[in-house]
Amino acid sequence: MQPATNIVVAALRSEIARLECRGAAACREKVVSFGLEAVDAALPGGGLALGTLHEVAGIGCQVEHCAAASLLAAGLLAQVPGEVLWVLERADIHPPALAAGGLTPERVFYVHAHKPQTVLLVMEEAVRHGGLAGVVGEFSGALGLTASRRLQLAAEQSGVTAFLLRRSRCFDNPVLLEPSAAVTRWRVATVPSGPPLVHGLRGPETPGLGRPRWRLDLIRCRGGEAHSWIVEAFDATGRCRLVADLADRPAAAEPRRAVA
Amino acid sequence: MPLITAASDGRRMVVAAADRAALALGIRSAMPLAHARAMVPGLTVVDADPEGDAVALARMAAWCLRYSPLTASDPPEGVWIDITGCAHLHGGEAALLADLLGRLDHGGTHARGAAADTPGAAHAVSRFAPGPAAVIAPGAHQAAIAPLPTAALRLPPETVGALRRLGFERVGQLAEIARGPLVRRFGQQVALRLDQASGRVFEPIRPVVPDDVVAHRLPFIEPLLTAEAFGTVIDELLDTVCGELEAAGQGARRLDLLFERVDGSVQAIRIGTAAPSRHAAHLARLLKERLETVDPGLGVEAMQLRVPLAEVQAFRQAAGLVEGDRPETSIAALVDRIENRLGPGSVWRATAVESDVPERSVAAIPAIGGAPMASWPVNLPRPVRLLDPPQPVEVIALLPDQPPVAFTWRRKRHRVRRADGPERVYGEWWRRSAEVVAVRDYFAVEDEEGCRFWLFRRGDGSDPATGDLRWFLHGLF
Repeated sequence: MQPATNIVVAALRSEIARLECRGAAACREKVVSFGLEAVDAALPGGGLALGTLHEVAGIGCQVEHCAAASLLAAGLLAQVPGEVLWVLERADIHPPALAAGGLTPERVFYVHAHKPQTVLLVMEEAVRHGGLAGVVGEFSGALGLTASRRLQLAAEQSGVTAFLLRRSRCFDNPVLLEPSAAVTRWRVATVPSGPPLVHGLRGPETPGLGRPRWRLDLIRCRGGEAHSWIVEAFDATGRCRLVADLADRPAAAEPRRAVA
Repeated sequence: MPLITAASDGRRMVVAAADRAALALGIRSAMPLAHARAMVPGLTVVDADPEGDAVALARMAAWCLRYSPLTASDPPEGVWIDITGCAHLHGGEAALLADLLGRLDHGGTHARGAAADTPGAAHAVSRFAPGPAAVIAPGAHQAAIAPLPTAALRLPPETVGALRRLGFERVGQLAEIARGPLVRRFGQQVALRLDQASGRVFEPIRPVVPDDVVAHRLPFIEPLLTAEAFGTVIDELLDTVCGELEAAGQGARRLDLLFERVDGSVQAIRIGTAAPSRHAAHLARLLKERLETVDPGLGVEAMQLRVPLAEVQAFRQAAGLVEGDRPETSIAALVDRIENRLGPGSVWRATAVESDVPERSVAAIPAIGGAPMASWPVNLPRPVRLLDPPQPVEVIALLPDQPPVAFTWRRKRHRVRRADGPERVYGEWWRRSAEVVAVRDYFAVEDEEGCRFWLFRRGDGSDPATGDLRWFLHGLF
């Protein structure tokens, strides 16, 4: 009885997957890896699915500038071959930072859209066009289910990955928590970093800044569960890693045994 | 040496036109030539050539097609440009006018210009307003022409003289009085010019048609009104025009679609492409997106498609039976579509500029066909967001050359946990004299919550000439 049920369930699952993926048949299989076992394992398919819509926002006061969120999107798209369209609402981006994250200037086109609704319009146009590796939009308005579903459907059909960076002038904007059709939703922010040199853990404090650390919250994931990690930010090759001094910290002391 | 042209007015030789130097000496057109010669002994006089002037003016009107698809020469000395729907391509009406006058001046032509709602108002303001360039806001043209003399209404000199004898000096005085007596005394012309200037009577202009461009015109039996019908005609026109472009081995960079309405006026759509294209479906899409800007009025009786700017486009072998690489999926097509919607120049790429000053290290270049890209040095930490202009912050630092201990930005105090720096950036002395000694010291700092900021201090901390030691926030990581 048990194996027969499994076969039926498996057939149903593949049928649903086929229905969900109406445009490109194999779009589900294509993923981009974080280069980190713990994060990739939490995502269905072993990485961030390409050809879908992902939503990234900051945490707390970092929601206004979305700096870490931009680097996250840039680092992931840097691993996908092809050009990227970056749709800006305010022209405050500094391209050298994206280039340091692996997204070299010859691959990025920028559009200054001025208004939130225009950002969505340009994003949809670019995603439907289908000739790009990815589209990143910085958006400060209220998204809504309809608009996000349009983007998600367009991304599914064309196989272009879309990142929506949610920016907001107020820190706890309830608009950021409204439901959307994005396949994954992330919050990312920098957190206090470790010492610039590893031996600084025990020796005297070295001046300088170490690699930035991100708190990476996966708050919603279709077909997966919410998670939270503290990782070190992407390097130029688009790889992140778990924080070393947490990973390599000494094992917890063994529980004491009472000796009679 | 002052220069004038002379022509006969039937009885004697009079001054036809005078150059800037002659005007400064008090010589005016229609002045007797003998009088002018008496005023300025060494005057250079050449015979007037009205036919040659008209040809040159038509050539200038054709040159003005760079600004709009509808231009016309307005003898003896003017050019009309209908910039409806075209000003945004040049960054607005004021920028268009400045660009036009600047180019003319560069070529040695002294010109005055005005942009207004009606040709009559633009004509009056350009000739009689004090400044060389004036942009009259929409709806303000009547107020703008009211203080001008009555000669601004394009009336013959005898009518102007008669009006002055009756006490009418200004256009505003004429606009206020009853029409009946005015028409009985001076005929229809004064009232007509008044109505043309104020926009109550439409004044069509007869546009010049450059003869060396690819163009196709399609007249209709019945006037067309609907967007669907226009769409069908656009496809039809593009079929022919793209065929001609292909035969010439060219691709369109700019396309003008003219709608000839039954009332004699002409409406126009102008689109541009980032790369030469003769792909009919792509061009049709760009044109149809702008159809909403066309007012068909009572109907359109003919449509004309022109290619004022074309460039060489290489032939490509057809892909065969299998439809492979479609031109629609090229990036240039996407750039066209976005720029068609948001205006030219809205899509750009960034390239590195050899400059240590952060805000100058990035330059925007056109999305298609720009210079080869250079990247930035990767070992220097640079923020994701650059604040423009840098925002002043209150800083506590132990010593001038040490990183700050705490700073206050937007009334919030951030205690610095870790810091890196200074990275010293010197002013670029070859740009401005103020930058000869200027110095900035940049620090990357991290506060207790983990947010990273990029601060700089003006000055090197020892020499007051290098800066006033004020602190600024320039970016966020």
